[in-house]
Amino acid sequence: MSEKIATRVAYGTALAEIGHNENIVVLDADLSKSTRTDLFKKKYPERHINMGIAEANMMAVAAGLATCGKTVFASTFAMFAAGRAFDQVRNSIGYPHLNVKIGATHAGITVGEDGASHQAIEDIALMRSIPGMTVISPADAVSTKALVKKAAEMYGPVYLRLGRLDVHVIYPEDAEFEIGKGVCLKEGTDVTLIATGFMVEKALAAAEALKESGISARVIDIHTIKPLDEEIIIKAAKETGAIVTCEEHNVLGGLGSAVAEVVVKNFPVPMEMVGVEDSFGKSGKPADLVEKYSLTAEKVIEKAKLVLERKKA
Amino acid sequence: MDAKVKLDLMKTAAMIRKGIITAVATAGSGHPGGSLSAADILTYLYFREMNIDPKNPKNPDRDRFVLSKGHCTPGLYSTLAHRGFFPVEDLKGFRQVSSYLEGHPNMNYVPGVDMSTGSLGQGISAAVGMALAGKLDNKSYRVYAMLGDGELEEGQVWEAAMAAAHYKLDNLTAFVDYNRLQIDGNITEVMNPEPIADKFLAFGWDVISIDAHDFDEIEKAVEKAKANKGKPTAIIAHSIKGKGVSFMENQASWHGSAPKKEQADQALAELDAYIESLNG
Repeated sequence: MSEKIATRVAYGTALAEIGHNENIVVLDADLSKSTRTDLFKKKYPERHINMGIAEANMMAVAAGLATCGKTVFASTFAMFAAGRAFDQVRNSIGYPHLNVKIGATHAGITVGEDGASHQAIEDIALMRSIPGMTVISPADAVSTKALVKKAAEMYGPVYLRLGRLDVHVIYPEDAEFEIGKGVCLKEGTDVTLIATGFMVEKALAAAEALKESGISARVIDIHTIKPLDEEIIIKAAKETGAIVTCEEHNVLGGLGSAVAEVVVKNFPVPMEMVGVEDSFGKSGKPADLVEKYSLTAEKVIEKAKLVLERKKA
Repeated sequence: MDAKVKLDLMKTAAMIRKGIITAVATAGSGHPGGSLSAADILTYLYFREMNIDPKNPKNPDRDRFVLSKGHCTPGLYSTLAHRGFFPVEDLKGFRQVSSYLEGHPNMNYVPGVDMSTGSLGQGISAAVGMALAGKLDNKSYRVYAMLGDGELEEGQVWEAAMAAAHYKLDNLTAFVDYNRLQIDGNITEVMNPEPIADKFLAFGWDVISIDAHDFDEIEKAVEKAKANKGKPTAIIAHSIKGKGVSFMENQASWHGSAPKKEQADQALAELDAYIESLNG
């Protein structure tokens, strides 16, 4: 298997690589060693501003910097970026559509030992409900680096959902990405597995296993949850007639909901969702939590078989 | 301050107050009390102090103003309109579905508005961001913010205050419109933010207390703030809520309610009489 790198590390690495652009300012809330903005700070200390443990203030300060022409990356844990500072993100960044990129690390239950208070499973739902907000949830280090750079190039608010855990690199180094365009990683005709974040890896493993049962599963990486690639989803609905969504997020309001909104409007097909089943997380080793909350290839396989039965019925 | 300059500012402030009444009365809703209490400071900033150009409202080198107490749009809009950013006539569209004059400020709709605000406590943070940008870019522009005294109950104000002092933002001046009244009553009864000056001092700011309706005091305080090095300045502006309209003065009930036609007519007549007395 390929090497493992956390998407937060790829985020910090990307910031350091694009930091020669003097318009870029990085804010952090006393977590730079965890969000990995320390990698930017090492090269450009004068444009790395620590806002202390005050995330609400940080988001509105980011907005103020952006009104003066800065491209601002504001970084903290997803729980505090999307949760604690929701009002600031909504009113000071989203409403005036300012050029602030929210680098939200430690999303989902794979935060691990810190437990439920630090495991954001609502952030996709919150962020995608803000008009004009772009929501990006990359699967690996390669796509993270590429999408951070794309986010810096575009104007407007972006929420970048990143993880703490080391995850497999699934893309070749030279892979290209476009914000708002899903990636079909594997062709298939019976069912489509639509995944985001580290669940893409699980969907790929599930597709391999399904092949052994004679089931041809398509796998799509939705790295941009908003704006959503409706075309690739409608095509999948039409061509495979069954969809399973896979995400490290509450099944309410996240990728599954976003895909369902497109499917019901355009080409209704049976759908199942793999995600956190509307419960809080807990402390534990990430690998144990992944099992406990059934964010596994096995669960994806089970749901794929279930949706195929519904498709036949 | 030169007597002629002061007289002109007083007349302008009265015109701005008339615009406040007109906007709120036409809309049938809005926030006259805190707009009237802030009118003299707004007048001083936009007609005497700030480096701004209504023809070039996005000039990157301009001074900035953030209305952190965003509900006082009648005050800000009337000031911007009288300063030439948009037609005074447009104030009559305030809060109407066909108008660009939102109930709370939107920087993308209204020429001259530097930051969208409304959710209390956030504007002062945005002002800190603008001041930081000025420092990063070695620009000489200044950033002004206006807070309500009730707004000081928002914890974010103190996060912003801590950051402004930490980064030595001497290009930032925050006014506190200290009219002592919030929606539910007297600030000391609802949730006492006192002692306000001591709090800002403790957070590392310089603090100046003034009469918010005395242009000489406003000028002295602004000049002192500009001369301060290494720390931001809070100007605690002792004001009268509803200032300039007899039946609105010191009444919490006029925080967020509009005058009826007869009341608006009376308010405008009082302000006309005041302008007349200044002309006399």
